[in-house]
Formats: sequence, C-alpha cells, structure tokens
Amino acid sequence: MEITVNGQVRTVSHGSTVADLLAELGLAHKLVAVEVNEQLVPKAQHGERRLAPGDRLEIVTLVGGG
Amino acid sequence: MPDTDRGSDNLDRYVRQMRYPPLGEEGQRRLGASRALVCGCGALGSMLANTLVRAGVGSVRIVDRDFVELNNLQRQVLFDEGDVENQVPKAIAAAEKLRLINSGVEVEPIVADVDHTNIEALCEGVDVIVDGTDNFETRFLVNEAAVKLGIPWVYGGCLGAEGQTMAILPGETPCLHCLITECPPPGTVPTCDTAGILAPVVGVVASIQAIEAIKILSGNRDAVSRHLTVIELWDNHIRQVDVSGLRQSADCPTCRHGQFPWLAGKRGGHTAVLCGRNAVQLTHTGVQVDLDELARRLEGLGQLSRNAFLLRFKVDGYELTVFPDGRAIIGGTDDIATAKTLYARYVGS
Repeated sequence: MEITVNGQVRTVSHGSTVADLLAELGLAHKLVAVEVNEQLVPKAQHGERRLAPGDRLEIVTLVGGG
Repeated sequence: MPDTDRGSDNLDRYVRQMRYPPLGEEGQRRLGASRALVCGCGALGSMLANTLVRAGVGSVRIVDRDFVELNNLQRQVLFDEGDVENQVPKAIAAAEKLRLINSGVEVEPIVADVDHTNIEALCEGVDVIVDGTDNFETRFLVNEAAVKLGIPWVYGGCLGAEGQTMAILPGETPCLHCLITECPPPGTVPTCDTAGILAPVVGVVASIQAIEAIKILSGNRDAVSRHLTVIELWDNHIRQVDVSGLRQSADCPTCRHGQFPWLAGKRGGHTAVLCGRNAVQLTHTGVQVDLDELARRLEGLGQLSRNAFLLRFKVDGYELTVFPDGRAIIGGTDDIATAKTLYARYVGS
C-alpha cells in the first residue's frame, strides 16, 4: 500500500506499524516525533499504530543543539 | 544608578512595542514586573537574553557554564573578539553587553553548570524559563523543575539548518517528557560539533521562543502556541505539529505522575562532552579550588593565564580551564577518560 512520508510517496506492506516504518528507514533508535494525518503519535504507541493506505506521515528528527 | 530617563519606570523606549495592541501599556508594565531565567547562554541563550532585555523584562537571570571562544562568534550575538581574548565566561560577557543595552533591566549573571543541586534555586522567583541549553539531559532536568514548581518554560533546540520549539505550560499543555519519552544518552544524538549549525536557524528558533515568553510574561497566556513548531530552513519547511492530544495519551511520568528522578539526582551524570567543542566538562560537587594556589603549582609546567573568573593552562595540545567551584573544561579531547586523567594530573582529584 502507498503512504506519504515527508511529502514522498512510499510503498509499505499491509499491516505495517509506525515502528515497522521507522525500522525500515533506519530511524528506530533516533529521536523522532511522528505525525500521522496531522496528529502526533506518542512513542509508546508506535508499535501498535497500524498504517492505512493514503496515510500522510511527517517524521521530525528532534535536535538538541543550542 | 540608572538615571530616570533610562530606568524601568520610563516606558518611552518601548513605545513601538506598546503600540502593538495585544501587548499595549498594560502588557509592557507586566513585562517590567516579571522575571525570566535564561538557561544556557550560547547561541539560543544570547539571542533570547538580547530580545528579553531589549523588550524590558524586569529581571533576567542568565546561567551558563562556559566561556567565549572564537568559533562562537559566528552565531552567538552578544559576544565579540575582546571576550575571546579575555577568556570571559559567557554569562559575564552577556551581562556586560546587556547592561549597556538596557540599564533599566536587572541582569543577573551566574557562572555555573545547571544541575540537580542548583536548578530549583535558579528558578526561585522566576515567571518563565527559556531554553538556551545544548543538551537533552539538562532539558529533562529543567522540565522536571518547571513542572514541579509550575513555571512555564519554552523548549528550543537547533542544529544544522533545522530546529524545534515548544512552549510548556505546566498542568495545561504537554511537557517535554510527553514529547520525548526517553532522554537520549549523551553521545547518541548529533551535536553542533558533528553536524554544524547555521546562525539564521538560531535566530528563528530563539525569536519564536522569545515571543512565547513575552506572551506568558505580559499576561497573554491564551496567545501561547499549543504546537510544536518545526523549522527546516535549508529545505524551506516550517510546520506546526498538533501536540494537543499528547498530554492525555502519553501517560507522562513527569507531568501526570509527578516523578522527578532528574531533580532527585538519580538520573544524569556530572560529566559532559560539550556541544560544538572538542571538549569535556568535569564537575566536582562541594569542591573549592584556590586558583592562586593552583597557578603557583602549575607555573613552569605549561602556558598559564587567568582572570577573575577562571584559570587556563595549556599543555601538550590540551587546554584546561578551571573554575573556583572545581569545575573544569578540558579542551583538545572529547574522550572523558583522557579529560579525567588530565584533571587528576594537573588539578588533583
């Protein structure tokens, strides 16, 4: 199924979760905030939140400099 | 004594911002009666302090552990080459500039590392905390203090050409721990040292932080953003992320359950690799170092210099900067063990 990640269309397998997608992108251990359809998904729910066709995701890498 | 024309009772200098109706004279007077803590005075912090002092926040406390270096000047707007030359601590250099800019504001510089032993005292009497820190450990500590004491605080971070900011109103909006469930261990996230930093993103992030602080201090809490603002200046993206549901769904140990392990000293180390520098900071609680005596001991062993705030000793390509409270910044290495060895060798353990 197709979803959009940071403006780019991407194909993921059915039943994929947010955590699966982050692992696929090599972001599993990075400090990220994930928004699905303009709603932030708490990290504790990344493993259970299943993606649906047409979902629009924004993945933000949080930065700590200052 | 500032003369009355420049003193805090005279609002002439603020006429342009008072003309903005949502602020007005009432908001300006509230600003003048308020107190802010600028936590960290590097790139974000110097920009924040500059804006808040110019805006007429009555009292601005600035805490920073570091001194000014040449590679700071590209983005840290309150410092100059003289501060580098004279090895001035950032809090002191900032206060000197800010007093020239607005003598009607009480500027209180504190040269210290923010840790669990001093954070609550630093927050004493302040109405807002603005984030000028360069690491998540300190932010988690500040977040706990802010939630515990009920003080609004404005998180900000930047790196490369990107950054984020979010205002935290304890009891009302999600806290930093709601957003970031686990503090990343030191060394696992990129720093200004590894990824670089462009000054304009500092200006954007700090300006958004500053206006949120001004809203809070001027009695305009309702206008405070309930979003995480995400900025990417190189690829031209600025977005608002809705975090309104996070407080309910995140079941946060800090703001829902009142657990404060960082404040209790159960989390967080006392040793840090400094952002943007090939340097390690070592802290030693409850230690006093007599800098004059240390200077006598080190004489002839390397290149020695000192001022009223610190002693600097250069040897074998390393640079040890020692403060009277026993804290030291070891330059020339990002290896903690090497830094500790050098400290033990030249300062003592």
